[in-house]
Amino acid sequence: MQIFNYILLAFLILCAVSVSFSKNLLNSILIYMSYSLGMSIIWIILESPDLAITEAAVGAGVTSILFFATLKKIHAIKGEDKVE
Amino acid sequence: MSRLKTKEEYQKTKAYRFFHWYSGEKDPYLDKVEMHPQPEKPKEELTIEERMHDRQIVIDKVYDFDKNKNMKLFNRFYAIASIIFCIIFITILLIAVSYLPRAGSAMNPNNNEVSKRYIENGLQETGAVNIVTGMILNYRGFDTFGETCVLFIATSCVMILLMVNEEKLKDSIELNDRRYEPKNDVILQKVAFVLVPIIFIFGIYVILNGHLSPGGGFSGGAMIGAGMILYVSAFGFKKTQKFFNENTYKVVKVSALTLYGVLMIYYFYTGANGIDNHIPLGTPGNILSSGMILPINIFVGSEVACTMYAFYALFRRGGL
Repeated sequence: MQIFNYILLAFLILCAVSVSFSKNLLNSILIYMSYSLGMSIIWIILESPDLAITEAAVGAGVTSILFFATLKKIHAIKGEDKVE
Repeated sequence: MSRLKTKEEYQKTKAYRFFHWYSGEKDPYLDKVEMHPQPEKPKEELTIEERMHDRQIVIDKVYDFDKNKNMKLFNRFYAIASIIFCIIFITILLIAVSYLPRAGSAMNPNNNEVSKRYIENGLQETGAVNIVTGMILNYRGFDTFGETCVLFIATSCVMILLMVNEEKLKDSIELNDRRYEPKNDVILQKVAFVLVPIIFIFGIYVILNGHLSPGGGFSGGAMIGAGMILYVSAFGFKKTQKFFNENTYKVVKVSALTLYGVLMIYYFYTGANGIDNHIPLGTPGNILSSGMILPINIFVGSEVACTMYAFYALFRRGGL
């Protein structure tokens, strides 16, 4: 269990660093989503399932959806594979 | 009449003219200056390409590092200054951390009598099996009330910024926004058809069992909101408006916050004056127990669900 915990924490740090270093905004949001999922697993290991539920619903779900909507509004997601 | 002067005589006095001028009824240039309406100049409209071209020239000149020595110097200074600022900031934070008490020591300020009281008397005083919910909604109900107000204010701010009044404009915004995404996607609709009821029921379960099992108003509300977002993205706003439109939103949100406030006021009034509040705590473990926690959970849950959905709808089409 201890090793699993360490792996998750390392994954969190890796995600947090790579969010700021990725050039593509879409990729950063996806990495941020995986960060939230890892965080929610850590909450379960720390025996606080209510926080885990909230983190999974808000952090991984709603926040990233709002980020996607915002990126669309400012035309940061371009239709690269647009069929014309 | 007791007037000393006639009207014409009065109009010649200075007092009359002063008050006339003061109230702005007199036009000093009338009949004195010849006034012609100016012919309108034809506007020279630059096309977008011309404007972009001009802009590009300016940008090229500013960022031409071979000739613009100042810009080059500024860029170098900027990089160095940012690094120095980061280092200073990190040092200040690390110094602050070094003054914090050691983790796990028995003398730490978090090991005081408050947590002991919560753990030992929580079940008896609040009647909630889940200590966390009992703490959040009973001992620290004022905190949660503030959080709910924050959610309300946040949606109000987003509404001020993004709300669109005209129905036609809303549809065009939505169409504009959905340019790159499939409409009436079969896979998404089938998945949503199966998943949305399960998500809703699970959210309601989490809200209603907030005082018995992990979860509570906030988590359950977030779940229901996420389910509604899934439903909207699968079936569109027209279908969602059949069961959740702006009027429902207003009624649910405002009444939830008001009832929560009324309940909290009752709690505070009776608690502060040492009066028995006459709310039976019931047997711990039953669904109808722990006094006020169940209704407060429902209010917080509906508030959060409305907030989540309203954020998404306002972002996508500027209205619910």
